[in-house]
Amino acid sequence: MSLISSPDSPVSPALIHTRITPDRGGVRLPFGDLWRYRDLLLVMAQRDVKVRYKQTGIGIAWVVIQPLTAALIFAFVFGRIAALQTSDIPYLPFVFAALLPWNVFSGAVGRAGGSLVASAQLLSKVYFPRLVIPISAALGVLVDFAVALVVMLILLVAYGIPFTWNLLAILPLTVLALLAAAAVGTIIAALSVYYRDFSYALPFLLQVWLYASPVVYATDVIGAGARPFFALNPMVGIIDGFRWALFGGAFPALELAIAVCMTVIALVIGLIVFARVETSFADVV
Amino acid sequence: MTNIAVRVENVSKSYTIAHEGKRYRTLREDLIALIPGRGSPRTTRETFWALRDVSFEVPRGEVMGIIGRNGAGKSTLLKILARITKPTTGSIDLYGRVGSLLEVGTGFHPELTGHENIYLSGTILGMRRAEIARQFDAIVDFAEVEQFLDTPVKRYSSGMYMRLAFAVAAHLEPEILIVDEVLAVGDAAFQKKSLGKMGDVAKSGRTVLFVSHNMAAVEALCSRALLLERGRTAFLGAASEAIGRYLEQHDRSGSSSLIDHANRYGKGGVRVTAIELRDLDGRILDATISGATIDVALHFTAEPSAARLPIIASVMLRTMTGTPVFLHHNRLTRTEFGTLPESGMFICRIQYVPLAATTYLLSYSLIAHGEIIDAIDDAVPLSVAEGDVYGSGEVPPASHGMVLIDAAWRIVADNPMEVAHI
Repeated sequence: MSLISSPDSPVSPALIHTRITPDRGGVRLPFGDLWRYRDLLLVMAQRDVKVRYKQTGIGIAWVVIQPLTAALIFAFVFGRIAALQTSDIPYLPFVFAALLPWNVFSGAVGRAGGSLVASAQLLSKVYFPRLVIPISAALGVLVDFAVALVVMLILLVAYGIPFTWNLLAILPLTVLALLAAAAVGTIIAALSVYYRDFSYALPFLLQVWLYASPVVYATDVIGAGARPFFALNPMVGIIDGFRWALFGGAFPALELAIAVCMTVIALVIGLIVFARVETSFADVV
Repeated sequence: MTNIAVRVENVSKSYTIAHEGKRYRTLREDLIALIPGRGSPRTTRETFWALRDVSFEVPRGEVMGIIGRNGAGKSTLLKILARITKPTTGSIDLYGRVGSLLEVGTGFHPELTGHENIYLSGTILGMRRAEIARQFDAIVDFAEVEQFLDTPVKRYSSGMYMRLAFAVAAHLEPEILIVDEVLAVGDAAFQKKSLGKMGDVAKSGRTVLFVSHNMAAVEALCSRALLLERGRTAFLGAASEAIGRYLEQHDRSGSSSLIDHANRYGKGGVRVTAIELRDLDGRILDATISGATIDVALHFTAEPSAARLPIIASVMLRTMTGTPVFLHHNRLTRTEFGTLPESGMFICRIQYVPLAATTYLLSYSLIAHGEIIDAIDDAVPLSVAEGDVYGSGEVPPASHGMVLIDAAWRIVADNPMEVAHI
């Protein structure tokens, strides 16, 4: 260590000082870096949206067709054939209301989950905060969400369901769904760099998660005693919140409180896992 | 200590190599490995030191070259400096914004237009959108792609793609720029342009770390250079001396016996075992002089099965910095060797060595039916000493030109009468 500098070496204070040291196993949350690279976050999210529907015949129309088709199929299978109870709401708007946050969640988890492996080339060539990749991938779903929300409003009009001020709750609920997705997505993204198993398990996991969430059925079908355990899945509170915002009824206070807690816990875990493995991505990916 | 831009202290980097040859783990294997005594027995792990105790400092405004053979640790060092990977031990201080250019076209997306890619690549390299907007016209200008800005880059020619990608990177304005072999791509005109741009960057007072195999570029751009050998610092100092040592390293195997040469390639059957320079009396020379007549003798052995191959033997001379000087082979003179003896020499007589005094590198190849039978690039050094080619006692040095041409001067006046009266 012969080259250790004297602390008063005349370095201009205006210059950014970066110190690179070995990975000591600590956790450093990269919010400062993330803020400095906020433009990259935006440009990457834009890229994902632009690229997704390039060279498709009907382009952005897919954003409408996909959730609407899913809702129609659910309406037919579960509303008609299985005749599930949905309080007083017609089945199509009932299921579409749940698909709004569910598609935000599953879309964001799905895209974020595979994003790091898909960007292997980039990871090994240039430095930027690695969190930019899963987050920008997740942000892309907001475009789909905005379009689907318009379809939802049209459905409300078509079924003669009145608009209320409750609709404003959709905004914070969407943010909550995105945060929950970011938490799950970063964990899966980070782990699939090391274990490709997660890439294969992801679609299956989301499928199971869909039926564990009250998308095609109402939360009422769950017994009152089991409700708090059921609500450990943050999507329960979020979906019930959406239905409350759109159709009214009892405010799902307990479920939402649990959803917020679970999301915060998952986010903390996600960031820690990500920060722990981030530094060695380039060596492994 | 004055104005340091980069300080590297005792940096080492080790990789664990699993000899199973797999790059990513599976969950099951890791879970099994957790059970005592159940670790996968076939996986042997070995620690490989890509970089060992490297220390150096770069003052602000200096262009430093990093050279060394493949696998010497250059890329690892760059990746650590560019924050792509962490060192295993040691530390690095960087004073200033760092831009790294380890590849041309980092982050380009083929489906997006040139316009969109400028913003994408620029932000990935660390620019703000406002900065890119300010530099936009300069970037487009440098890349010469105005008419194609709204075309997806997948429809670009490779030249256009390269120019645009380099243009974005060249307009990064970090205080410290880390550049890998990027100049090795593209056509000659583009290389010249990008080399010029690199020179401008250096002149504007920014610090540049420049990795290259192109010694001419290193010599032209860098004042100092770091020579790495098997992960360690072999030399740190004046660029010309570092280059000299690198080239020495390069020729250490260049004694006249080539039997165990590591860089031999080709199908085999006929092998060149040694190369000699001889004078017209057959005496073996250590070096030749400018203007001499010499024989280059390629000693060979041939297996009986290869004896009837129609061999084309070639010798090629390059400068130490890799510029080809000449190539000659026996098809040029329509010479056929016929059936090969079990061992012998292919002899190339050079009537007149028109070369300035310096050391060159000689490569050879044996080709038959369009296939390389045996070849070694830069097999042996060939030293040319000064010779009085023009009989005037004066010869231009190698730095004024590699070739000593046979030429004569005279004067002609526009009015012939004038000269006649002198």
